[in-house]
Amino acid sequence: MSPVELQQGQEVARTIRRLAHEIVESNDGADNLVLVGLLTRGAPLAARLAAAIETFEGNLPPVGQLDVGLYRDDLAHRDPPPPIRPSDIPGTLDGSTVVLVDDVLFTGRTIRAAMDAIMDFGRPARVRLAVMVDRGHRELPIRPDFVGRNIPTASSQTIDVRLTETDGEDGIYLMEGAEQHGEH
Amino acid sequence: MVSIKPANSAGTEVGQPQGAPEPPTTVWALKDLLDTNTLSMKDLELVFETTDTMVEVRERPVGRVATLRGTTVVTLFYENSTRTRASFEIAAKALGADVINLAAATSSVGKGESLVDTVRTIEAVGADILVIRHPGSGAATLAARHTNASVINGGDGAHAHPTQALLDLYTMRQHVGDLEHRKVVIVGDVLHSRVARSNLWALRKAGAQVTLCGPSTLLPRSLESLPVHEGAGTCRVTSNLGEALEEADIVMALRIQRERQEQGLLPSLREYIRNYQITEERLGNANPNALVMHPGPMNEGVEISPEVAHGLRSVVREQVANGVAVRMAILFLMATARRR
Repeated sequence: MSPVELQQGQEVARTIRRLAHEIVESNDGADNLVLVGLLTRGAPLAARLAAAIETFEGNLPPVGQLDVGLYRDDLAHRDPPPPIRPSDIPGTLDGSTVVLVDDVLFTGRTIRAAMDAIMDFGRPARVRLAVMVDRGHRELPIRPDFVGRNIPTASSQTIDVRLTETDGEDGIYLMEGAEQHGEH
Repeated sequence: MVSIKPANSAGTEVGQPQGAPEPPTTVWALKDLLDTNTLSMKDLELVFETTDTMVEVRERPVGRVATLRGTTVVTLFYENSTRTRASFEIAAKALGADVINLAAATSSVGKGESLVDTVRTIEAVGADILVIRHPGSGAATLAARHTNASVINGGDGAHAHPTQALLDLYTMRQHVGDLEHRKVVIVGDVLHSRVARSNLWALRKAGAQVTLCGPSTLLPRSLESLPVHEGAGTCRVTSNLGEALEEADIVMALRIQRERQEQGLLPSLREYIRNYQITEERLGNANPNALVMHPGPMNEGVEISPEVAHGLRSVVREQVANGVAVRMAILFLMATARRR
């Protein structure tokens, strides 16, 4: 079955702008904010959120990227194993508000790994979670603070978030049959 | 990078899910790491990419992770070693593995236990990965044949020292990037050097132009005596250091072992120093930015002058530091491959 398009181009951009406003509102401004994107697609999303925040707050919050490969609980079960890549966290996270950014929230296992990873870089005052899509099916007690879209899905379906930086276009697609890549 | 598809490639290519931006992933498929000749170019790339991440992990405020929690690494050393043993131990601990160090002098090896018996015992007590150093060429291969644990060759006789070659290539790439067509000169006791052999195979895979240089008594009689593996690179042998160093990008000095003199292979140390010591003056022939490397421990004033050993071109300390990250990468790839 061909992918069903749920959101595209300008709609994606609008969702990102709204998420940026919500993040700043809940943080009472952009001070001490650090946006950390989870590789792969969380990284460009974090950069876009930061750029959006700069347009209305005037300063660009620091942006980092995090690879959670070394913290996963399912390395043994994934075939092929995901490549592990260097993380890049700006400065110290002590006392900051870290917003973890990812494209799809699914089982919650990636976020569990990301929280372990982030603690190795410092002691943030608080950690928040922003995702483009929450597709349900959580296996851990994890809940997002900022959600682009809630899309209830069946386990047999997957959500594909495509971004210009990684995929050549902006869009959100619902697919049948394929495996949710990244095991979010 | 050069793209080679060798017949004995250990890795297999696996396509990524549709729409994913990553290039096809190479999966580590080797049970053991006995030498570099079993590694394909794709395997080398996988090791170096994984090492990049390990370098970053080491730079974090908490320079360790728990990824290999539950994995037991045993180091079994029948020869003295400072950096290789320490580097494997630090690497394993930085990944959260349990490490047990066995030295032949303090184990039952002193009571006459054979290598195979020792290896079986170590497996029986629950080792997942066994790092072995032994004075006999082929010892690691023999050990690997008799255990289900993964064996990493930490240096066996004059045969191979694969993790040294991997850290050497990683260090070279950090400085000069792609090694294709780069001129690498390896100087010294090539004949007895496991470092030279393991480097040669890996450098050929990476497309480098390798020159082996030393007194004729310490060189392989012909290239035919060195089994040649596939690779885009070239290799030649010469006793003329001046000519070998011309336009060299990388100069690697090997440790001269004094017992070679007793064996009659080295007429005198003084003569070796006069003809083959790496000095600032001799490096005048090389590329102005040429790197100087040494696998350690150095005999300063013999194979390398103290000025060069600690000079601006020397990357000897980086080699040691990279050794930890490269060994983390190997342990990680092997341990995760075992769990699948």
